[in-house]
Amino acid sequence: MEDFQEQEYEFLRRLEEEKLDRRKLLRRGLVAGAGLTILSMPAGALAARRKALANPPLRGGALSLKEWVAQAKKEGTLNTIALPPDWANYGEIMSTFTKKYGIKISNDNPDGSSAQENQAVRSLKGDPRAPDVLDVSPSFAQAGANEGLYAKFFTKNFAKVPRAMKDGRGFWVADYWGVTSFGVNTAVVSNIPKTWQDLLKPEYKNKVALNGSPLTSGSAQAGVFAAALANGGSLANVGPGIDFFAKLKSAGNFIPVQATPQTIASGQTPITIDWDYLNLAYGKEFPAAKIKTSIPSDGVYGAYYCQAINATGPHPWAARLWQEFLYSDQGQLLWLKGYSHPALFTDMTRRKVVPKALTAALPSAAVYSKVKFASPSQNTKAKETVATDWPKKVGS
Amino acid sequence: METGRTRRRLPLAYLGVLPFFLYATAFLFWPAAKVMFGAFQDDAGGLTLDHVQKLFDEPYRTAFKNSIEVSLVTAGLGAVFGLLLAYAAIREGTPRFVRAGLTTFSGVAANFAGIPLAAAFIATLGTIGVVTQFMTEQLGFNPYDHGFSVFSKTGIEIVYLYFQIPLMILVIAPAIDGLRREWREAASSLGASSWQFWRHVGIPIMTPSILSAFVLLFGNSFSAYATAYGLTGGSVGLVPITIGFYLSGNVLDDPHLGQALAFGMLVVLALMMLLYIPLQRRASRWSR
Repeated sequence: MEDFQEQEYEFLRRLEEEKLDRRKLLRRGLVAGAGLTILSMPAGALAARRKALANPPLRGGALSLKEWVAQAKKEGTLNTIALPPDWANYGEIMSTFTKKYGIKISNDNPDGSSAQENQAVRSLKGDPRAPDVLDVSPSFAQAGANEGLYAKFFTKNFAKVPRAMKDGRGFWVADYWGVTSFGVNTAVVSNIPKTWQDLLKPEYKNKVALNGSPLTSGSAQAGVFAAALANGGSLANVGPGIDFFAKLKSAGNFIPVQATPQTIASGQTPITIDWDYLNLAYGKEFPAAKIKTSIPSDGVYGAYYCQAINATGPHPWAARLWQEFLYSDQGQLLWLKGYSHPALFTDMTRRKVVPKALTAALPSAAVYSKVKFASPSQNTKAKETVATDWPKKVGS
Repeated sequence: METGRTRRRLPLAYLGVLPFFLYATAFLFWPAAKVMFGAFQDDAGGLTLDHVQKLFDEPYRTAFKNSIEVSLVTAGLGAVFGLLLAYAAIREGTPRFVRAGLTTFSGVAANFAGIPLAAAFIATLGTIGVVTQFMTEQLGFNPYDHGFSVFSKTGIEIVYLYFQIPLMILVIAPAIDGLRREWREAASSLGASSWQFWRHVGIPIMTPSILSAFVLLFGNSFSAYATAYGLTGGSVGLVPITIGFYLSGNVLDDPHLGQALAFGMLVVLALMMLLYIPLQRRASRWSR
């Protein structure tokens, strides 16, 4: 007889012995199934709860701060990108965050650009070195949100941010804004220019610089906008701004060196057109250069940067805790300490929580009240105009 | 059998170059292919000639003109001065240590390009540079008052020559070594003057090497990015800088246009090779 036939006869014989019939077999099967289901329910419930905790909630207010911190501490690290320590006081913000919550911050590529931040999200997807949080200019924030790079999140104070400064869907929020200003190294230049027209004076020959080219630097593009506002242009028409810089170049006052903190301190670029928070911070960083900041009264242009969370970042809880920290009073006041205007500035002023010392360190509020922001469509139009006209008129 | 033995030897040899081919594919051919295909793609993934057509429009046409002009000038001047310097250091009358010193310095200078070089030149020839201050105070002559600026195309050419001339020296030294003394002696024993020797013997022998070195210098200058960017902050339009604006800036964001510009660079270099190959054949006809 074949092997299998032997086994079959053996099985049938045993079946006969135990007097198992079909009905008994079926009943035993049902009991076993019910038992297994009941026993597995706590395990299933536990797995479901762990999965729920693996995905942070959509709103900051859904959990208490202690729960946020507990979850974030389990991740232990936060990956940031392109945050120079002397830009709007990010150095102190990062160290305060680490000291307060015990979460290490690993800051990658401090001098990176917004394009590199979005590209890091794309290329490092799934990598533990991918950035968790981003600080990008508005056009890149829009592009990233539309491309699906960012996660939706509403901090506790999301509703208090002005409508024009946030994405309604929750993909990004403005973090701080500043205006275009002149940073002057008074050890080299004794007469501080107060308006855009002043820059054309012959005493400033070979002394005026931008923070890079408006084709690649957000701050330089803001310089063009502000010059346009002061010279008969508008937010929708930056041509006069480009013409102004062409005039500045032909007068010999404009040098195309990119202004860095080092060139300002060394006197290579004694008059720099840059963000007010940067110029004011350099004033404190380089006391020997006696850098004074003046905001030109005839053209006040402001722009904000945007905070976003990487949808595929490796530390989702720490990223959201970082945002909660930034939009708390403490975080916003640290940005104010860095001479920038945080997004919740108006709300905090109304609630009278802003220390007088911080507002006194900034230039007068009267100048800031004249600030103009460009809309996304005005921004796009300006970029196109600059891309075609700047190389022709100001470049070589 | 003999054929069997030869056939068996070949595959093993190819195995030896396999790592190199893999490396070249991963880091040279694959990225180049991605760039070339990306230049013809639009955002939706379809094919389009728009990006390449834009290259003939204003800012990009000037960028290509500037890049080619700077590259030709620095390659030409670099070739001439490099050749003269190298010959001066290698010919018999010169002490041996001159050649050794020059070669060592050239090895460092040829690779010194980039932001440090730009910073060094700003500190030397900038508006408040050391040499500028010296000339203004001691010689009473401020170059910036007379239209000179190191932050212009001229400035870029001067800075590029700093690494082009040493590169030429390094590349042409073996060719000068190949000029045997016996030829010089034979020519002068037949009554040739120095000028006749060079015109009929020396330069024709060296021409293939000089041409190759020129093409190398052209490519080196054409693709230099960090030096020009560090010097002018992007205000002089050059093609690599424009690519940087579109791929990694804070304002413009158009990767396909950047790839189209890169494709344009490949086309220019290919045209250069097309010009070079028949010239090279003509120059080396004496050795065939």
